[in-house]
Amino acid sequence: MDSKNPIESSPSIEITLNSSSRRSNSSSHSKASRGNSVREVTFGDLGSKPVRYGSRGADSEGFSGSQKEISDEDARLVYVNDPEKTNERFEFSGNSIRTGKYSILSFVPRNLFEQFHRVAYIYFLIIAVLNQLPQLAVFGRGVSILPLSFVLLVTAVKDAYEDWRRHRSDRIENNRLTWVLVNDQFQQKKWKDIRVGEIIKIHTNETLPCDMVLLSTSDSTGVAYVQTINLDGESNLKTRYAKQETLSKTPEKEKIRVLIKCEKPNRNIYGFHANMDMDGKRLSLGSSNIVLRGCELKNTAWAIGVAVYCGRETKVMLNSSGAPSKRSRLETRMNFEIIILSFFLISLCTIVSICAAVWLRRHRHDLNTIPFYRKKNFNDEDKDDYNYYGWGLEIFFTFLMSVIVFQIMIPISLYISMELVRVGQAYFMIRDTLMYDEASNSAFQCRALNINEDLGQIKFVFSDKTGTLTENKMEFQCASIWGVDYSGGKDSSVNEQVGHFVQVDGKILRPKMKVRIDPELLQLSRSGNNTEEAKRVHDFFLALAACNTIVPIAFDDASNPTVKLMDYQGESPDEQALAYAAAAYGFMLIERTSGHIVIDIQGERQRFNVLGLHEFDSDRKRMSVILGCPDKTVKVFVKGADTTMFSVIDRSLNMDIIRATEAHLHNYSSLGLRTLVIGMRELSDSEFEQWHSSFEAASTSLIGRAAMLRKVANTVEKSLRILGASAIEDKLQQGVPEAIESLRTAGIKVWVLTGDKQETAISIGYSSKLLTSKMTQIIINSNSKESSRKSLEDALRMSKKLITVSGTTHNNGGNSGGAVSPVALIIDGTSLVYILDSELEEQLFKLASKCSVVLCCRVAPLQKAGIVMLVKNRTSDMTLSIGDGANDVSMIQKADVGVGISGKEGRQAVMASDFAMGQFRFLVPLLLVHGHWNYQRMGCMILYNFYRNAVFVLVLFWYVLFTCFTLTTAINEWSSMLYSIIYTSLPTIVVGILDKDLSRRTLLKYPQLYGAEHRQESYNSKLFWLTMIDTLWQSVVIYFIPHLAYWGSTIDAPSIGDLWTLAVVILVNLHLAMDVIRWSWITHVAIWGSIVATFICVIVLDAVPTLVGYWAIFDIAKEGSFWLCLLAIVVAALLPRFVVKVLYQHFSPSDIQITREAEKFGSRREFGAVEIEMNPILEPSRR
Amino acid sequence: MPDTVVIDIRMRGAKSSNGVDDDSVSSSKKNSHKPKYSRFTQQDLPACKPILTPGLVIASFTTVAVVFLPLGLASLFASESVVEIVDRYDKDCIPGTHSNLPLEYIQNSKSNKICTRNLIVPKLMKSPVYVYYQLDNFYQNHRRYVRSRSDKQLQSKASENDVSNCKPEDLVDGKPIVPCGLVAWSLFNDTYNFKVENKALEVNKKDIAWRSDKERKFGSDVYPINFQAGSLIGGGSLNSSIPLSEQEDLMVWMRTAALSTFRKLYGRIETDLQANDVIEVQIQNNYNSYGYGGKKRLVLSTTTWIGGKNNSLGIAYIFIGGLNLLLAISFILIFVFKPRPLGDPSYLSWNKQATISSN
Repeated sequence: MDSKNPIESSPSIEITLNSSSRRSNSSSHSKASRGNSVREVTFGDLGSKPVRYGSRGADSEGFSGSQKEISDEDARLVYVNDPEKTNERFEFSGNSIRTGKYSILSFVPRNLFEQFHRVAYIYFLIIAVLNQLPQLAVFGRGVSILPLSFVLLVTAVKDAYEDWRRHRSDRIENNRLTWVLVNDQFQQKKWKDIRVGEIIKIHTNETLPCDMVLLSTSDSTGVAYVQTINLDGESNLKTRYAKQETLSKTPEKEKIRVLIKCEKPNRNIYGFHANMDMDGKRLSLGSSNIVLRGCELKNTAWAIGVAVYCGRETKVMLNSSGAPSKRSRLETRMNFEIIILSFFLISLCTIVSICAAVWLRRHRHDLNTIPFYRKKNFNDEDKDDYNYYGWGLEIFFTFLMSVIVFQIMIPISLYISMELVRVGQAYFMIRDTLMYDEASNSAFQCRALNINEDLGQIKFVFSDKTGTLTENKMEFQCASIWGVDYSGGKDSSVNEQVGHFVQVDGKILRPKMKVRIDPELLQLSRSGNNTEEAKRVHDFFLALAACNTIVPIAFDDASNPTVKLMDYQGESPDEQALAYAAAAYGFMLIERTSGHIVIDIQGERQRFNVLGLHEFDSDRKRMSVILGCPDKTVKVFVKGADTTMFSVIDRSLNMDIIRATEAHLHNYSSLGLRTLVIGMRELSDSEFEQWHSSFEAASTSLIGRAAMLRKVANTVEKSLRILGASAIEDKLQQGVPEAIESLRTAGIKVWVLTGDKQETAISIGYSSKLLTSKMTQIIINSNSKESSRKSLEDALRMSKKLITVSGTTHNNGGNSGGAVSPVALIIDGTSLVYILDSELEEQLFKLASKCSVVLCCRVAPLQKAGIVMLVKNRTSDMTLSIGDGANDVSMIQKADVGVGISGKEGRQAVMASDFAMGQFRFLVPLLLVHGHWNYQRMGCMILYNFYRNAVFVLVLFWYVLFTCFTLTTAINEWSSMLYSIIYTSLPTIVVGILDKDLSRRTLLKYPQLYGAEHRQESYNSKLFWLTMIDTLWQSVVIYFIPHLAYWGSTIDAPSIGDLWTLAVVILVNLHLAMDVIRWSWITHVAIWGSIVATFICVIVLDAVPTLVGYWAIFDIAKEGSFWLCLLAIVVAALLPRFVVKVLYQHFSPSDIQITREAEKFGSRREFGAVEIEMNPILEPSRR
Repeated sequence: MPDTVVIDIRMRGAKSSNGVDDDSVSSSKKNSHKPKYSRFTQQDLPACKPILTPGLVIASFTTVAVVFLPLGLASLFASESVVEIVDRYDKDCIPGTHSNLPLEYIQNSKSNKICTRNLIVPKLMKSPVYVYYQLDNFYQNHRRYVRSRSDKQLQSKASENDVSNCKPEDLVDGKPIVPCGLVAWSLFNDTYNFKVENKALEVNKKDIAWRSDKERKFGSDVYPINFQAGSLIGGGSLNSSIPLSEQEDLMVWMRTAALSTFRKLYGRIETDLQANDVIEVQIQNNYNSYGYGGKKRLVLSTTTWIGGKNNSLGIAYIFIGGLNLLLAISFILIFVFKPRPLGDPSYLSWNKQATISSN
């Protein structure tokens, strides 16, 4: 530490930034101050052993905690530029990746193994195996394995196709080229041939082939910019560093003897921990020194690094996990009904076996000789019984055989149909142009495929605020400086001023974003440093320009060659907004290198040395930067949330200004603006010295570094002079108020859970129409358990009173809004700390369920999940969480349906979600339209599938009763297997994908229709039992009409079997046709086509001479009675259903029914109005 | 690498799209993810949306009634026009001495099985008059029975040894039986001879089986071997010098009946039978229906377009037609006296609530 005054040596001070690593699932702080990032400060010139400095967030402490030895067992040793030695002991995986699951050889066994994880397939298998036993062989060998092999084949083909696509993309990926150092010169090499330890050179805009530690870059300070969009979706550039020591080496020329000892491959993309032994020195490497596979090198001519993790051991590959799997509510219900069906199946089998037992008992003396039984084998010498195992066993076998014959009572094909239908529905959701977001170029994504129909039954929506309700696009609106409010810009019409610009190399440099300008403030900022007022303004904007972690990048304007645009890359939109604002007022940040920043102040370039930076943390809720100014003074600039800033501002000074600022802050936040307070102070030399040494000590410490840094920060962030406050508008996303209104009308409760402060939350609540002036607000802010309990009790009492009062007014006023009572609950995170996970939860839930709106502010991510669980555990209602940030991940995963907004905040929310989309307002079409359709379709489909299988089984059953209970099937065994595969499967799938009960427009016009799903109108146990009764009737008709018509005639079994087959198929298809609402050509093809296909199949089967029923269909079809039977069956079977349907529709029409009629016959006038009304949702481009 | 996320419509185990997905070649191209508009993807295909309007409902009931009633009448009429003579002879053809021991009588090969019956023709029977035998309570659809045959063996000589399904009538002394199986073994073997006014009435036994059976199912090179050679004789025997393709009685028998009461064609009488003619039938009562308590009947019948005599279809049609007529009338009444305007928004549940609360 020989340098007394670091300012003097500032040109060589290395300040390195790293803005990547703050994001993790648990990062909880509000975005108001995000982007205050990690820094690593290296005093390279001090000659001391370089160490890592900087304060890092608590989340990464574990990784950066230090230099402690990585034990040899846990380490991977990488000899730089010596892949042979590196891979000598352990064969590290090569860089070829394989996302394909199967190879040609392993496909069959592995795929089969995976498929048999499903219970349904095992059921199939058991039945097929049972049928192979000679005693039980009901069907022929080939026939019995047909259904199983069919579904296995279909699934296998699908899997194979997917795998082929993966293999193809793997092949492309593996064959990409990169430059690798071989024999002291860089040669092109395929990605798949890269090995750990090799030195790789990457040029600008190239993608990293593996995880590598940076050795040197084209930048003299060793900086490399990378874009990590493929990793975390963040489009801003991140900085990575090569170590100072390796920078100077040129691997082509000199032999590098470096050993990197790093941790074993893991999934943490924000952490890396390694040591580098070089020339006897030991350096530590952190996450700022590694660039990961999948990133792209930007703004850097080249970078050289050494591969440390390759192929499947790279972090990105380790992170590629499957979509979450949830099971839909409907399916859970359905499984219950399937159990009922199994009991039904068992009882059918029992009836058959009991009857068979009685028959055998009664004829026991005749069995030997009855020509159609012939128990005794007279042709054998010893006259054994032929195929007879005793009374008991015969009955047992009869039972098992009847299980085999009636197997399709359990609709296994339903599971496959459901999957196909869901794929189809997902396809339509993805393809919906109304759910495509122009701004982010993102279409709707279906990540989970088994909960489509749950979208139709949502009762609670939990929404994040920032980025979800709002755009997370910050706009600087007004400022309060030195007690004066400058918000003129807000009122003045959009100021078409050119904006501030700077001349650089004969080109005009201009900020990319325009900001509204307050003319008075602009005047002041230009007036220089003369007056006290102007000086404050100067300091204020200097703070805005400097107190951040923005990286300015200039690029050519495509439209105007003389203009360069300045783009501020930073993690926090707030900081960007502030930096743009500063630029607009003439304080343009134009350069940030390691160690200093250059700010163009009113046309004059000034260079500031960045001496230190205390990053944001959620305790302090502020950040500070220590600047060495050109006038040799050292200043601390602090910006942060008002709550913590006022405690570090010297209240003895300028009391009136503090008061005025507080008043302004209150104003701003009630307008829904996000506020930050800015303060500063000058540091004396001694103070600086003191800070500097303690900062260094803290950042070198091995244990508890974060806490120590926090302490150091607190010593310098004190007795600040207030400069003022900034207000940033977080713009509401388009269509949010309308969307919330629609959801509320649909009977969905919208809860907003935000990390923002109460005032901001409430104001956003108002602007998004979540809160209305009619509502009574109950606000709970408590900071102890006792007071929480008390306020909850008070609130409950109050809400009861309100509800009774509003209940009466409701009755008198005839409010048709449908809202029960306009009570809004606003509760903050601190209160929730005491309430969640305690006995108070119950009370909170009671209270919340009485309120029409619940707003939770200042909540941590885990609390968000806690609130979701609060509702989920206590009701059977479906919950949906929607959010965009990492802090929403926990609640997205906890809710029944998780929706991620693919916005600016990276992809973690999307990765955790079941569905992802671009805008909050798409929730309306998603739930009200697609959710409605999906639910209706799926409900109908399940009931229909139950029916169609049961009716067939019952027909078989009736026949069995007339064959001495011996499980003969008149219906051809092939037909009975093809029944659920070919004859009837396609129409239900097509209808399940394509049928629409109501048009999109109607559904959006009457959100109340969503209530039909809340009432479970299309699938409930009443419907189930009704369907089953209908099934029974239909089967009786199908069986007994031919039975009576052909009793005592020459009819042979295959002929009447064909009649039954055709009758069943025509009937089930017409039954479905009766429920179809929209007949498009595809529906026509599917339904009539299935009937035709059945005829063809029956004819083909009857043209095979080795089958018993050879030519049967041609023979029976010659007679008139065949056709008469078909007609009579169809009409008689469908009659009750038709009558009930008509009566039901006439006397108690459902909402859906009425709107459907209105859709067809309703007046034009009514629907003309809809289009205008629904514009915000229907036509997103209109603004 | 694609610059945005690849849409994933995979079903299970889909890996996250982390950029190593497909179309990585087209990375440089700015690709919009905007779904292309088409009426199909927007689920907006032109479609017909039928609604059960009162008119449609009444029309459909009426149509059914209008179609069914005449059809029912026609088929009843057709069925009534069929002239049928049914004579149960199994009991009466047991001589009084054996009336309590029918089994003993029928199994005794020495007893005289001839039995004469007189049938009176009630109405003119136009030729062809079909002669059937009808068996009751004979389960030709019994699972053991149905499966005890070998269609391959019947078809060609090459499959002579294909008797695995034929137990217990598969082998005699280790040699295959042709035709094997219980079905063939239990071949019906009563015979009938008809006389009208002491003049023999020709019964044509040609073409009583399906042509398809003769041509394809029963081979012309397959001759009966070892048939009825076992220790228990089930029924008729076959002339081993005639190929199966010409054994029409066997073919008819082997078309196993669907139900336990069935008729099988015996032959055709190709002359008209005048009303009140007395037909004398000489029955060779060989077939043992006594062992299982079955009945045997001789049936002479004419046919019409709906087949033989069966009133049940006609009755069903008239019943359904009548019911539909009734429904049509009652729905007219319902729609007249309790009408509901279609698509009236005031019936919507939320509007109903509002009106209730405002009252």
